[in-house]
Amino acid sequence: MPDIKVTPLGAGQDVGRSCILVSIGGKNIMLDCGMHMGYNDDRRFPDFSYITQNGRLTEFLDCVIISHFHLDHCGALPYMSEMVGYDGPIYMTHPTKAICPILLEDFRKITVDKKGETNFFTSQMIKDCMKKVVPLNLHQTVQVDDELEIKAYYAGHVLGAAMVLIKVGSESVVYTGDYNMTPDRHLGAAWIDKCRPDILISESTYATTIRDSKRCRERDFLKKVHETIERGGKVLIPVFALGRAQELCILLETFWERMNLKAPIYFSTGLTEKANHYYKLFITWTNQKIRKTFVQRNMFEFKHIKAFDRSYADNPGPMVVFATPGMLHAGQSLQIFKKWAGNEKNMVIMPGYCVQGTVGHKILNGQKKLEMEGRATLEVKLQVEYMSFSAHADAKGIMQLIRMAEPRNMLLVHGEAKKMEFLKDKIEQEFSISCYMPANGETTTVTTNPSVPVDISLPLLKREMALGGPLPDPKKPRTMHGTLIMKDNSLKLVSPEQALKELGLSEHQLRFTCRVHLQDPHSDADTLARLYSHLKSVLKGYTVQHLPDGTVMVESIVLKVSSSGDDPNLKVILLSWSYQDEELGSFLSSLLKKGLPSAL
Amino acid sequence: MAAHLKKRVYEEFSKVVQQQLLEEVPAKKLRLTKPSKSAALHIDLCKATNPTDALQYLLSFARKPVEAESVEGVVRILLEHYYKEIDNSVRLKIASLLGLLSKTPGFSPDCIVDDVISTLNNDKSNQVLAQLLDTLLVIGTHLPENAAVTQRLIEVACKHLSSPYFGVRNKCLQLLGYLGTVDKPLTKESEASTSTAPLQDVQSLISDYFSDQDPRVRTASIKAMLQLHERGMKLQQTAYSQACKLLNDDYEQVRSAAVQMVWVLSQLYPESIVPIPSSNEEIRLIDDSFGKICHMVSDGSWVVRVQAAKLLGSMQQVSPHFLEQTLDKKLMSDLRRKRTAHERAKELYASGEFSSGRKWADDAPKEKVDTSGVNLIDSGACGAFVHGLEDEMYEVRIAAVEALCCLAQASPSFAEKCLDFLVDMFNDEIEEVRLQSIHALRQISTHITLREDQLDTVLAVLEDSSRDIREALHELLCYTNVSTKDCIQLALLELLKNLTKYPTDRNSVWKCLKFLGLRHPTLVLPIVPELLSTHPYFDTPEPDMDDPAYIAVLVLVFNAAKSCPTMPALFSDHTFHHYAYLRDSLSHLVPHLRLPGRKQAAVLGSELSGVGSGSLESAQQFLQDSLARVSTLQNLDSPGAQDLLDFTIRDLQRLGELQKELAGSADFCATYLRCQLLLMKALQEKLWNMAVPLCLKQNAMASTAAQQILEETYKLEYLYSGLETRQVATVHNVRLQAKALQLILTARTKRGVESVLALCEKFLQEVESFQRLFMTELPHFQDSFVEKLLELMPRLVSCKPLDLVKILLTTLRQSRFIHLRLPEQIHRALATIIEPTGESDNPLRFTTGLVVALDIDATLEHVQDPQTTVKVQVLYPDGQSHIIHPKPGDFRTPGPGRVRLITQVYLSHSAWTEPCQIEVRLLLAYSSSSSKLATPKPAWNESTEGLPTSESCIEGTINLSKPVKVFIMPKPARR
Repeated sequence: MPDIKVTPLGAGQDVGRSCILVSIGGKNIMLDCGMHMGYNDDRRFPDFSYITQNGRLTEFLDCVIISHFHLDHCGALPYMSEMVGYDGPIYMTHPTKAICPILLEDFRKITVDKKGETNFFTSQMIKDCMKKVVPLNLHQTVQVDDELEIKAYYAGHVLGAAMVLIKVGSESVVYTGDYNMTPDRHLGAAWIDKCRPDILISESTYATTIRDSKRCRERDFLKKVHETIERGGKVLIPVFALGRAQELCILLETFWERMNLKAPIYFSTGLTEKANHYYKLFITWTNQKIRKTFVQRNMFEFKHIKAFDRSYADNPGPMVVFATPGMLHAGQSLQIFKKWAGNEKNMVIMPGYCVQGTVGHKILNGQKKLEMEGRATLEVKLQVEYMSFSAHADAKGIMQLIRMAEPRNMLLVHGEAKKMEFLKDKIEQEFSISCYMPANGETTTVTTNPSVPVDISLPLLKREMALGGPLPDPKKPRTMHGTLIMKDNSLKLVSPEQALKELGLSEHQLRFTCRVHLQDPHSDADTLARLYSHLKSVLKGYTVQHLPDGTVMVESIVLKVSSSGDDPNLKVILLSWSYQDEELGSFLSSLLKKGLPSAL
Repeated sequence: MAAHLKKRVYEEFSKVVQQQLLEEVPAKKLRLTKPSKSAALHIDLCKATNPTDALQYLLSFARKPVEAESVEGVVRILLEHYYKEIDNSVRLKIASLLGLLSKTPGFSPDCIVDDVISTLNNDKSNQVLAQLLDTLLVIGTHLPENAAVTQRLIEVACKHLSSPYFGVRNKCLQLLGYLGTVDKPLTKESEASTSTAPLQDVQSLISDYFSDQDPRVRTASIKAMLQLHERGMKLQQTAYSQACKLLNDDYEQVRSAAVQMVWVLSQLYPESIVPIPSSNEEIRLIDDSFGKICHMVSDGSWVVRVQAAKLLGSMQQVSPHFLEQTLDKKLMSDLRRKRTAHERAKELYASGEFSSGRKWADDAPKEKVDTSGVNLIDSGACGAFVHGLEDEMYEVRIAAVEALCCLAQASPSFAEKCLDFLVDMFNDEIEEVRLQSIHALRQISTHITLREDQLDTVLAVLEDSSRDIREALHELLCYTNVSTKDCIQLALLELLKNLTKYPTDRNSVWKCLKFLGLRHPTLVLPIVPELLSTHPYFDTPEPDMDDPAYIAVLVLVFNAAKSCPTMPALFSDHTFHHYAYLRDSLSHLVPHLRLPGRKQAAVLGSELSGVGSGSLESAQQFLQDSLARVSTLQNLDSPGAQDLLDFTIRDLQRLGELQKELAGSADFCATYLRCQLLLMKALQEKLWNMAVPLCLKQNAMASTAAQQILEETYKLEYLYSGLETRQVATVHNVRLQAKALQLILTARTKRGVESVLALCEKFLQEVESFQRLFMTELPHFQDSFVEKLLELMPRLVSCKPLDLVKILLTTLRQSRFIHLRLPEQIHRALATIIEPTGESDNPLRFTTGLVVALDIDATLEHVQDPQTTVKVQVLYPDGQSHIIHPKPGDFRTPGPGRVRLITQVYLSHSAWTEPCQIEVRLLLAYSSSSSKLATPKPAWNESTEGLPTSESCIEGTINLSKPVKVFIMPKPARR
């Protein structure tokens, strides 16, 4: 039996450095190539030595597919392609291709320039790597080679995020990357058709969470911002540059528009400006509202949101500032925070998770005094709010996707083992399909039951159709006779005559004969006549003939009667039929064994 | 034997068919087919050498109409060519032409049924077969009463159902759906036994194709079933399980049709019991189907989602238990049960603390959830609306809001539950959705009382920059119940804020506060001192009377005081002054109050209120009495008749003012009587006995009267809604009288016969059209002018104009006055221009040759089809007038029976030396062709021939509102 092997190099029962190897129909595919944010050593990147100890990866991999531009899904790409060595195609969507190098470059700068690491990939390597990228469009089937094809589906999550269907022959795998089943302000919901893959590889970040309605969260957020502005306070929103930042911008922008508010909103510049440019460009990847209104106005051309300048922080009056980074651990957001922390009119809203040890984490836990460098203490008087805006599918969303795609097997990655365990049970219980959750380096093998296509000759098909009704009826399966020819890697079903002709064989006749002993006191001729009338009454719809040469023919079956020498009452009936009439022949013989009815 | 029996059945059956044909089809008349069309077609088709040419001829032929008489000939020619034609596409086109031709009005297609069926049996091409079946479908739908044809068509359809081509199967199913059943009473007794046997199978026959291999055929089969349902045939419950299976189909059009099917069945058999698979329990079918349709709200295709969401709204028999599940979505975080934000808000409110939510771990999970108990993919209704309201496509969200609203209207407890969700929708990114949810909340607001936190969320929308949203919200607040005095204060505060931010909302805000006061007098009472800023010891400064905010507060307080007699004691002196002022200036917002020390007003008030609350019946009675009194007038010349009419008119007008409910009826009667009075005066004896040259003055009087009557009759006909045919006929009778009068006057004054002749002809035509239109009403018109005219008609047509005029004169004077009978409810169309107010002294200045936009805001009442009938007229001082058609989108419907017109008209004029006033008013356009009673529109083939229409339609306009003056000043352009 053919099988599909899935081996996570990263993201197996873990979040970070997503990298999954899939072997399907003799093809090897790498899904995502990310880095781990928690490590700064070799564990940062997936262990490519699993594939090959030394040498390049090109000959072992048929293609690499990147689902979206987050670093835990594409961070190790230049390392893999340039430093380990891979020259094959790398597939990603257009927005991912555009934004990915910006993030990689930023990542490189921080690691090399700030932390001073050596033996890291260079700008040139990023450029070289991006040259190997082949862009994908949504719902476009791309033929990687003659057998392997891939198709991208919309995944929500971030701009350009995609789910991929990988197909070799009739075997298929869907990899979701990160996805979101509830639409938000700037992105739509993930969607897939009923492709019934053999394996669905899904992320499971929120395997045990069912989230509240997004509207409540949005409303709370807007209300808090609005109230602070009305009080004359300043609002600081620390964000990471891409993804949620745009979501919050759109949210505030439309709110300002709707409510006719005048207070300025600033966005700290840098990376974001470049990224915003791409958001403007890739309108087709956003949600319905933005797509429909962009003719009048591109929603990403913000009317109320302006670039931030350091000096603005001291301006009087209310304002809203988005600043990087998101956990208040360094940079501009921390500087602004220091300036504003002393005033209880002000507010800071943390839109995401904060790692332990960061200022963000401390203030979220209610710390009122912060120690800064140089032994200065900072009194935190401003209000601290927490507002989660995450774009992963929750447990319900994952279930919904399974219902949409109807996979035969399920495989969970990108989540914590304990949570996966729960979801796995649920999936097995609800859908009664098997579910796997391999750890890193562990291989899951799924045997598939691929359908084998067979060509059938048209005359044969027509002949069979002529026998029964013209339409196939699912309630009544029908058998058909034919010859299966396996030749040159192809299967053909043809009529026996044609098969014989093609193979140059002559036809052999096969006849069965059988004798049936019968007690009958009449003469041979009478017995034959009785036999004839009996058969005539039993076999309606068949041609039964009484031939003058003392035989009875039923279709092509010949019956003869002779009496045995010793007992004139014991008649021997000779039955003879060809192989094609086997069914009727054996029926007749069993019928005659029962004897003739006395009524005749 | 069986074969024999079958044969007998067929024999009998065919006998019946023949009888039918004999009975029903009359002997065919020989018709001379016009050679022109068919012959030309014939020649064209013969000329065609290749299929492409033939197709071209056919296409151009299809564009031209064919008159009913020559259809048959054309069909014959087409069929002839059909038999000869080898090319499929040409045959296809011919087949489609046959279908088109059999639609021709006046042509009975039963004669071509045989031909089409026989071609159907001979043709090989599947596409042509499908087209032929389509043609048969057209024929079948045109001959619904011909049972024999229907029967044959069904047989044909059954025969071709097994075709391997999907198109043919599709069409067969469609045929079965349209013709598949005969209404039982229509079939004859003898036939019933034979024909019902195959007919009963129609449903099972169609349902066999639910599992067809082709999705298009599956869809067609479900649609055919739905078609059967639409035609009044009861679907069998057995189809339910099949339809449910189809909900999981791979193709969206199948699922979409299946959802509809499940819904139909759930409406047919709501109470029957179905088993739950994989368990022993059973539930009602309506609940089961509700669950299934809820499931479809999270379907992969948005078309299906919209449909499912829409249908949910109409499933009101569903058990409350299931209904409430739709809003349930168990929240869970790391396997711990979490409370939803709604629950938290409610709890915070209950504990007295207002919206904190400041802690990070505020939503920290509480109890541990039993893992086995959590059902992630809930079968059934769970969270359907939660999903629907969060959908990506706004179409789905709107559908979900609508459905929620429908269900909530039926169930108060559900209304309470869905409140939070609707309020959440106020924050949607699409304005339409926000608006829809505000409307939805308004519709269910009778069931609910808003909590303070909910009100807070609702009020936040008041700052929305969209005017529609704000007004919808004001409308909502008018109907809202709130629970505490703080809520009132909050609402007032927010409304005042709104007023300062958007001063144009003034009227709407005041109105909103009026209802808020009326609804919650007891809640307003404790905050009155605060609102009016009075102080127990000190006199506070008198607030500015022109401040809209102060007026708003007063409106709230005065309306609350209406049902709270203790309140006026809290007022300070100036409040009373202000009351008197506002009662005069804004009487629609400020109710009458019983104020101590204001006896005079109180007396007057009680009198007024006595009339106001006085039984409607007595007023009705009065109306009837006065009409009855007038109806005793047999002869218009009788002494005192004029006076009686005069008094009655006066009475009716006064009645209309007093009794708002009867205003329309009273007004209508008064106008009608005025017409009669005018007519009576014009026909006074003295006038007509004098010689012509002597009575020029009277002539002029009579002709103006005639003109006036004409105008009034148009008003009577088009301005009032709720009229029945009889009243319209009465009005037309009066109009004819007026026209007769005009004719007589012209005949008397004009020299020369020609002009009079034309007029006479026109008049006679009108009489005829009256007869045509009101044939059914004629019995009611005994002794009337019209009746007499119609009696004399043969004479009139043949006689000379001058004789005709004489006859007319005598008939006019002899004819009886028709007693007006009133229908149930008559409403007069009314419009009020709110903006511009016409008070501004600042001229609107603009440069000559350019345009200036003038905002117009008006309310319309009881106007039917305002989008097409209401126009804006701008009248310049130089007599120039422009009529502007507002866009359909400018009409909004804030409530039933009311329409709001918010539009802009563009003004332009050449330079003036000084500012001057223009007049703006609303007009109601009418045309006799658009009225319901007019002749049906000519068929497509007639109109293209350019036949002269028998009566020219009358078009004109009626003033709908008082004119408003606007000061404008076009400046000369600077060079």
